[in-house]
Amino acid sequence: MTSISLKSVPLTALFGIVVITGFLLTGLFADLLAPFAETEIVGMEFEPWGGDYLLGTDNLGRDMLSRLIFGARNSIGIALATTVLAFTIGTALGLLASVLGGLTDQALSRLVDMLIAIPSLVFALLLLSIFGTSILMLVLIIAMLEMTRVFRLSRAVAMNVVVMDYVEAVRLRGEGLGWLVRREILPNIMAPLVAEFGLRFCFVFLAISALSFLGLGIQPPTADWGSMVRDNAALITFGDITPLLPAGCIALLTVSINFVVDWMLHRASGLKD
Amino acid sequence: MTLHPLVSMILHRLALGLLTLFAISLFIFFAIELLPGDLAEEVLGQSATPETVEAFRRELGLDQPAMLRYFNWLGGVVRGDFGTSLANGRDIAELLAGRFANTLFLAIYAAAIAVPLSITLGLLAALYRGSWFDRAVNILTLTSISFPEYFVAYILLLYFSVTWGLFPSIADFGSDADLSTMLFRTFLPALTLVLVVTAHMMRMTRAAIINLLAQPYIEMARLKGASPVRVILRHALPNALAPIVNVVALNLAYLVTGVVIVEVVFVYPGLGQLMVDSVAKRDIPVVQACCLIFAGIYILLNLGADVLAIATNPRLMHRK
Repeated sequence: MTSISLKSVPLTALFGIVVITGFLLTGLFADLLAPFAETEIVGMEFEPWGGDYLLGTDNLGRDMLSRLIFGARNSIGIALATTVLAFTIGTALGLLASVLGGLTDQALSRLVDMLIAIPSLVFALLLLSIFGTSILMLVLIIAMLEMTRVFRLSRAVAMNVVVMDYVEAVRLRGEGLGWLVRREILPNIMAPLVAEFGLRFCFVFLAISALSFLGLGIQPPTADWGSMVRDNAALITFGDITPLLPAGCIALLTVSINFVVDWMLHRASGLKD
Repeated sequence: MTLHPLVSMILHRLALGLLTLFAISLFIFFAIELLPGDLAEEVLGQSATPETVEAFRRELGLDQPAMLRYFNWLGGVVRGDFGTSLANGRDIAELLAGRFANTLFLAIYAAAIAVPLSITLGLLAALYRGSWFDRAVNILTLTSISFPEYFVAYILLLYFSVTWGLFPSIADFGSDADLSTMLFRTFLPALTLVLVVTAHMMRMTRAAIINLLAQPYIEMARLKGASPVRVILRHALPNALAPIVNVVALNLAYLVTGVVIVEVVFVYPGLGQLMVDSVAKRDIPVVQACCLIFAGIYILLNLGADVLAIATNPRLMHRK
């Protein structure tokens, strides 16, 4: 990768990088940054901003700012784990389908076609109602649904590589599946997969926060931005913007990632319009 | 007898759609079988005595083989009988009917505003590509795509309902409201959906048109001196219709899921809210019914898009 001078980075992407780094650091050092513990009840319910509690307290009297800081760790951490899982499964299956072809490819592709034929939020709701709501189930269900998109992309880009002469040569040389995938195909399809990772993370993050907002995702007392909006939503009717803070954090993070990905895709496609 | 190619194509797609729906119904039904125990144990919890579980099992028909239950269920669904709710024992079809109409009303309301708006904006952005207008629209839409639906919904609610008091915050319009009351009461949820969907649709319209503008025949039209507006409207748009129709359908399908969140925020008695409530109560027959309906709408929209895209593109119709 060529070195990028700071000047060539557009303002939006620069903004994105700064914000993403900020959120990651907040999540990592949540223990040091937060004035109170994650689930500690420190005062009355819905205390106003200022004084001991910079952003007031929530519906149970927990410090809003501390919850927001711990929320960064929980919400981003869980979404990241889900995305990594979705990518591992999706890429593995996609490569398998493209390398083996034939019946394996047909079976996997038809299965994915069917999973994609239902809106994923609706699907997630169905599975959650069957398996109940827990963080593990949430991660598994969302990873399975997002895996389908990763599968499609990795299969499509790997298909272009599989037909190359050098892959044929490696096959004739008698190398196994592992070598073929790791040494020949993966290095050639890394770039689109990395850009996709950013986009997928946004989708996963929004999906989990939407489910948490509906009360079906990350369960209390874990501090999580989606469920924090739900818990404090009643304040909106009094013109208080506190419940919008966690939602704003979600929006800010996804906007930032989108800005960075947009710029990366723009650079990768070589478009200069 | 030879059918018109369009008719046979529609029939072909319809058959494919039905097949997909069948596969999905299999999945929806048999996903429960993946549970370690069965529905009766899961719903009653650990404290239930074996006798209660057994009785409940018989009541649900769980003592019969799964295959038989599936065909009974599917047979019922085809006749419009979805069974009864576990939570309150009410007939599910009855529960769904009114709510389905409400959800459809909201989705159509939003679509009627969003579709013309986003296509116009997309065309304008493509026409003035690279200008400040294009860049501003690009940043704005990228931002609104990244916003969770409930964030947009609550911001609208805060300003339009709480601060300025223009629109009601609860969208329920009762059973016998006239059209203007319905439109007024559901304005905020519809506006939320419009904002979320327009961004997607507009970006995709712009991309479709810009893709076409790179074609040689567009270059030719420009060289012969046609005005930019004429190039877009006469030369690019007819060929962009197929991708645009696809984009519209894709986003209408997206509306189907957006509706779930928006209905919860604005306490709107639609299908989405029913589904969320039922998931929380683990009222699985209701969830299955909602899921099947959402899937049906989704497939139907995609089907419509395919047919329209091919109908507007003569080249695809004569493909051999």
